[in-house]
Amino acid sequence: MRKAQRFLGTAFVLVLLALMAFPARAEERLRMSTTTSTENSGLLAVLLPPFEKKFGCKVDVVAVGTGKALKLGEAGDVDVVFVHARKLEDKFVAGGFGVNRRDVMYNDFVLLGPREDPAGVAKTIGAPDAFRAIAAQGSPFVSRGDESGTHQKEKEIWASAGIAPRGAWYVEAGQGMGEVIMMATQKRGYTLSDRGTYIAFRKKTDLVVVREGDKNLWNPYGIIAVNPKKHAHVKYDLSMKLVDFFAGPEGRSLIAGYKLDGEPLFFVFREGEKY
Amino acid sequence: MDFLVSSFAAALRMIGDLSPDVFDAVRTSLSVAAGATVFAALLGVPVGLLVGLSEFPLKRLVVTLLNTLMAVPTVVVGLFVYGFLSRQGPLGVMGLLFTPTAIVIGGTMLAAPIVANYALASVRGADPRIVPTALTLGADRFRAVATLAGEIRFGILAAVIAGFGRVVSEIGVAMMLGGNIRGYTRTMTTAIALETSKGEFAFGMALGIVLMLVALVVNLFLNLLQRR
Repeated sequence: MRKAQRFLGTAFVLVLLALMAFPARAEERLRMSTTTSTENSGLLAVLLPPFEKKFGCKVDVVAVGTGKALKLGEAGDVDVVFVHARKLEDKFVAGGFGVNRRDVMYNDFVLLGPREDPAGVAKTIGAPDAFRAIAAQGSPFVSRGDESGTHQKEKEIWASAGIAPRGAWYVEAGQGMGEVIMMATQKRGYTLSDRGTYIAFRKKTDLVVVREGDKNLWNPYGIIAVNPKKHAHVKYDLSMKLVDFFAGPEGRSLIAGYKLDGEPLFFVFREGEKY
Repeated sequence: MDFLVSSFAAALRMIGDLSPDVFDAVRTSLSVAAGATVFAALLGVPVGLLVGLSEFPLKRLVVTLLNTLMAVPTVVVGLFVYGFLSRQGPLGVMGLLFTPTAIVIGGTMLAAPIVANYALASVRGADPRIVPTALTLGADRFRAVATLAGEIRFGILAAVIAGFGRVVSEIGVAMMLGGNIRGYTRTMTTAIALETSKGEFAFGMALGIVLMLVALVVNLFLNLLQRR
């Protein structure tokens, strides 16, 4: 009967392994959708553990583009969203999907390009003018093309430049910020990036910041609890604890103190300050 | 070349350190793949035996369908299951989206057709006299099929191995249904995609090497079972 024993042994091992996929749920899990740039910045690894410890819960982070992050909130697949696309956020709240939006922090966008600057962006004034120069020259421009917060911002700037970008020079990647920076590096092209991802990638790319500091390159982040009236199953109380934690003194000091390569990545709003 | 070599060296160092992140991803990958394999075997083996042994009008069509299901892209399966598991979907109340269980469900749908096809192929390759002989020797229908299954057990084991391979190596289902949540639904493949997207090639490569090693160990283990 050795054959039968062996068979039973295999089945046993497989089932044992399979059981590990269904862990005992000791603690409450809160589900938060956020953007890939937020996750890639490393900030959440600093910000979430103190919260999890304080409230004895686990925060599951689903990192996708801003558009998708908000859609997950609309569908009720997450309890709270943490994103950076002010207009879409306002629409999300106005549509009754989210409540109690709070400003958390901001960083800014930078226009990256090759050091040689073939489109002569350095000679332009303001971000829309820089975009016009790139289009006029037909230099490669890599767009996120994924409805992310960064993509929304890029489309805003194209709109204020009065240009509908189209053509072989305009590359729609449909990927995350990191991939897009690497793609722009390979293509010797331009791209719009959030500063955090750029700093994280500075060692891996030879693109430089060719435009920064304009007011229309600001990038404010907001946290919104999913409306329990729309989705009765969401963990609203725990979501609000997270909202208060992020926007409150503890979260603000953690965010302000977070540095990458010695540079702060995010800036907190002063008390009462609004974007 | 330099870049490849230095990434590879860094990858080996990381495996040596065995960070908890790597360990979590390996554990999640193995457990969801094993779970999916168990369910896929429970579904696929009987279907393969049934289709292989019986004659019915639309048999060719059913076989073609089973073959086609093997080629369905993982993201399509992911999308389909996503529609069911999202809160807006029919099974939304169960709250399964972005859990390991969701990956197991998607993985089962990926692996079951493969297991069924392999089982079907080994039935076809078996001596056609086995079932009639068992029947004339006084076995009932169920015992006769069990005898056949015993004879083609290596084919069935191969079917299960192939199913495991499909689930452990795919990324579409794990990414869409699991959501790549750190320490919870992050598998080896989604971790590799994430690390690559962050530009951490060495870490991605380290995970790739671990994935291959794990596949090797699993197959060595199953090979051991195949020895008479």
